[in-house]
Amino acid sequence: MAMDESVRKAVLGAVPSLRAFAISLCGNVDRADDLVQETLLRALANIDSFQPGTNMSAWLFTILRNHFRSEYRKRRREVEDSDGHHAETLKSQPEQYGHVEFREFREALAQLPSDQREALILVGASGFSYEEAAGICGCAVGTIKSRVNRARTRLAELLNVNSAEDFGPDETTRAVLASGGE
Amino acid sequence: MEAAAARNKKSNAKSAKLGRDVQARLGQQLRAMYDDVVNQGVPDRFTDLINRLETAGKKDTQ
Repeated sequence: MAMDESVRKAVLGAVPSLRAFAISLCGNVDRADDLVQETLLRALANIDSFQPGTNMSAWLFTILRNHFRSEYRKRRREVEDSDGHHAETLKSQPEQYGHVEFREFREALAQLPSDQREALILVGASGFSYEEAAGICGCAVGTIKSRVNRARTRLAELLNVNSAEDFGPDETTRAVLASGGE
Repeated sequence: MEAAAARNKKSNAKSAKLGRDVQARLGQQLRAMYDDVVNQGVPDRFTDLINRLETAGKKDTQ
């Protein structure tokens, strides 16, 4: 496989965001990195099916998401799992999630149904348009919009915020203090 | 009667739609959490992987 310099750049450039997306999907850094690695291998093995001029990042996100979904379904069959599994994983390994200041937020995020969580991340954090997110998830634009709205509403409920003041004037400081100052 | 209807309307509106300030703060938190990972850059294992694949690719085409 001959790798174009532009392909190499685009693929490596997408890695940081792919990792962040993967962590939000599976809730575990090690598993997320494996997921990213498998995504890159698949992508590069099928690089001929990538259409030059289209969004490389969106293409990689689609592969990662589909791979995660099929793996997840497989595992679900193997081990009796539930929607609470992701949240449980988070709670049992809090040190895996990087900075403790995001723990509360991550835990709330983990409690969302997976389709709502991925829609919110793609649109609210990865910076994809509703149309791109719909392409990645293989659903209608309206479906993405409603998932994002439901995700936001549920997050606000879980974090118990009704107004911006409820976040406190400096949530970060409070979290750092609670963690014993990292 | 009217007052009750108005109250209902108000609470429905509140539950149906989050305030812009709340949405903005949720968005900030979400991006901060995400960017925390993004800012870690590309771990070596991925650069190594691409390099390995590239080397293998060059051998294939020679």
